[in-house]
Amino acid sequence: MTTTQFVFLITGAVTLGAALMVVLSPRLVHAALWLILSLAGTAVLFVLLEAGFLAVVQVAIYIDAIAILIIIVIMLTRRVMIRGDTQITRNWWLGAISALILFVGLLILLNMMPIMAIDTLPTIADADQTLKDLGRSLVDVDRFILPFEVASILLLAALIGSIMIAWPLSGQAESEGDQ
Amino acid sequence: MIPLSWYLILAAGLFCVGLYGALARRNALAILMGIELMLNAVNLNLVAFWRYLTPNLISGQVFVLIVLAVAASEAAVGLALIISIYRRRSTVAAEDIDMMKW
Repeated sequence: MTTTQFVFLITGAVTLGAALMVVLSPRLVHAALWLILSLAGTAVLFVLLEAGFLAVVQVAIYIDAIAILIIIVIMLTRRVMIRGDTQITRNWWLGAISALILFVGLLILLNMMPIMAIDTLPTIADADQTLKDLGRSLVDVDRFILPFEVASILLLAALIGSIMIAWPLSGQAESEGDQ
Repeated sequence: MIPLSWYLILAAGLFCVGLYGALARRNALAILMGIELMLNAVNLNLVAFWRYLTPNLISGQVFVLIVLAVAASEAAVGLALIISIYRRRSTVAAEDIDMMKW
């Protein structure tokens, strides 16, 4: 077993274990912290795959933005469902069975694919060149400028939409102003 | 050398764990976390395929960036919805949000 395989196994086990804790942990704040660990494990896997830029983006967007946002909302809403209430639905076993069936089905499907035999890593000539190519391809008219612009409009729409949705109720805002 | 199949199996496992979280948890926030896990597993798959099959085409990485943008906007709108529902109805349990159910 080589060093990279060892690193992969450790990171993969941590990532999967943290993901399991996210769905099993009865306390939501703990689940969010496990989510951060799982996302960080994925960032390490990106580094193993020589996609360093994506690893940085993973940390900056997923851990910095999304996970922190989730924790803030958990703290805003933590008065409900904190104790007494069970955290899983009555039909949780249906979810477990469908997830298990999907996993077994995916394994069977993957076993039938010829790409499973691939175990040699093609060499990347120049990692810096790959990053430059990624940057250029996002603003190149012949390549990915359309998805890039659509993504920016989507982000703007999500920004405006979430501000509109989370705006305080009019009556509530007035009563808060009175206090 | 790590075989491609290891990454694919790990990503399949992560996706199924996220699916279980999205199906079995009562709290809307926990469901959202399950969805984030699923998107994350898809990203891992995309990067692994890019690295092993087409390392000279950059489209795999571009896909991952687009998925990240979608995940970020989905989280922002979803969390805003949860805050709004919490303000109006004082609950974050997905089964209590049934005003549109007949």
